[in-house]
Amino acid sequence: MSRFSRPRFGRRSFLAGTGAVAAGLSLGSKMTWAAEEKKLNFYNWDTYIGETTLDDFEDASGIEVKMDLFADNDELFAKLKEGNPGYDLIVPTNDYVERMIEAQMLDTLDHSKIPNIANIDANFQDANFDPGRKHSMPYMWGTIGIGYRKSKVDAVPDSWKWLYDSDQYSGKIALLADGGTVIQMGLKYMGQSLNTTDGGMIKQVEDMLVAQKPHIKVFAEDNGQDLLLSGEVDLTMEWNGDILQVMAEDDDIGYAVPKEGGLLWQDCLCIPTGAPHPENAHALINFILDGEAGAAIADFIQYATPNKAAKALLSPDYSENPAIFPPDEVIAKCEASLYLGSDHTRLIDETWTRIQAA
Amino acid sequence: MEHWRRHPLIFWLTSIPPTFWLVAFFIAPLTIVWVLSFGEKRGLIEIDIVWTLDNYLRALDPLYLQIFVKSLWIAGATTLVCLVIGFPVAFAITFAPERWRPVLLLLVILPFWTNLLIRTYALIAVLRTRGFVNFTAEWFWDQGNGFLALIGLGDLQLLGESFEPMVLLYNNFAVVFGLVYVHLPFMVLPLYAALDRMDRSYIEASLDLGATQARTLFTIIVPLAKAGIISGIIITFIPALGSFLTPDLLGGTDSQMIANVIERQFKSANDWPFGAALSFLLMYATFFALALRAVLAKGSSAMEAG
Repeated sequence: MSRFSRPRFGRRSFLAGTGAVAAGLSLGSKMTWAAEEKKLNFYNWDTYIGETTLDDFEDASGIEVKMDLFADNDELFAKLKEGNPGYDLIVPTNDYVERMIEAQMLDTLDHSKIPNIANIDANFQDANFDPGRKHSMPYMWGTIGIGYRKSKVDAVPDSWKWLYDSDQYSGKIALLADGGTVIQMGLKYMGQSLNTTDGGMIKQVEDMLVAQKPHIKVFAEDNGQDLLLSGEVDLTMEWNGDILQVMAEDDDIGYAVPKEGGLLWQDCLCIPTGAPHPENAHALINFILDGEAGAAIADFIQYATPNKAAKALLSPDYSENPAIFPPDEVIAKCEASLYLGSDHTRLIDETWTRIQAA
Repeated sequence: MEHWRRHPLIFWLTSIPPTFWLVAFFIAPLTIVWVLSFGEKRGLIEIDIVWTLDNYLRALDPLYLQIFVKSLWIAGATTLVCLVIGFPVAFAITFAPERWRPVLLLLVILPFWTNLLIRTYALIAVLRTRGFVNFTAEWFWDQGNGFLALIGLGDLQLLGESFEPMVLLYNNFAVVFGLVYVHLPFMVLPLYAALDRMDRSYIEASLDLGATQARTLFTIIVPLAKAGIISGIIITFIPALGSFLTPDLLGGTDSQMIANVIERQFKSANDWPFGAALSFLLMYATFFALALRAVLAKGSSAMEAG
């Protein structure tokens, strides 16, 4: 999955940071809640915070933040699985939030300490993977939609029909090679929740895809944006970050989330169990959800912010970019993917195997 | 040469690193996978080893057998094309002037100096709609049209109204093409080794006694090179059968091979026991091929002895 428009690797700084955390731990672990030392250990993706955000936070609160970096959710999960090594604030993606809640790896958030919750957009106030937002606050989000070449299509492709149920662009269509996502978007086209476990509906999607296969050029292995850029296809299902990247190179490329809605991912701010400085972590969450601080972050990293106060402060180049912010009514129809049990995973994998073998 | 029994200490000391290597990086991981293939999933990350055969039974479902058969076809076609191309290449190297041979052999193994992924991406740039093959074809098309215009036939559109790029990528052809490209050295090298060892006086004798070139090839050279041909076929066929990167990157919507299914079991499908069972079925097929080779080799040495 490469939904990110910039590389997020920082092994060196990651290793350097680990030593610092270990040193900080031996000092901090005996402190009590009430009298927390002014320190915080933040575990984040690379290039995923504002340039001065952490310094600004220290100026405002006196809390010194040490930030370590992880490259993907698996690394984050593996690091915390055997016990929290001393992190106070982490940024897992929604499916890992769900998984970590199930494994009791996340503390409950005290909403009274995060008054800036009021700044969060209505679409993100609640979450299917964390009902009531008990364990997670939204940080950044994005979508899966259709990347397209403007000069080769009649109109904005505003429905999954263009990819799933039409021969108009036969041979010029790419879908993702991730079977789970392909089937989920098919379910959206059929007006279902992408988290439905209804075998009959999944079978209908299978039949539709088998019938559509002659018109699909390729199930693209994370390179739909390159196929679009090189003219190999004119329509591709992709993560918005990837399309955003090629839109910067080619004005003729556009991005739209179909009106039926699509998949929405969210990276969330969470406090892992055993965090030595939970009080400070609440303070930083509240700071990030502030309008100006949030605007500085979003302006720098160019992902969609769920913070409506921050969005209002930013230029139309960002806040009105359809590749970053699809229309509200479309977002309302988007869903985050849920873990639905191993039987469901198996059903989806077998369906995908059959679709490809057909 | 001195017998190892006279220096047992040295023998045992030198055998420790390779034995450690074999056990730690081959036998141990393989045993883990083998044990997993009798397991059952419990929740997201846990697997119970219950010594069930369900995973193997599931793998015998027609759906997966069909993919196995398809993989055999693709690997078989790859091997055949490699043999047809590789034999003349190996033959030419064998009969090239002595000083050229190292250079020619170097050229054969040169692609190995570049990572497989990079080479496969390079093939995409060659084969795609706006790739080098189609650019070249378009250039010839333009030249042809220019020539026709020059001789006064330009209005007839003999070459079609406009250039139609060939569809070379994202289909089974591209998969076989990519696999041949990757595996050709595996075929050429054993063939070269076999042909190089061959006593050339047999060929001269055959030609002197009036056999045609074709007859000499098929009744003298091919039987003498049989061991090399079998080795080449096996070491081309086995990795081709288990390839997943090439069909992933070059294949179309129906180019799924069994290794793609296996890869998915360890990733998105998160079903390690089933993936392990499929892997071992693939490995049993490989063992079968090797056993077949042993039988064939025995047959041919018996023939030579007789």
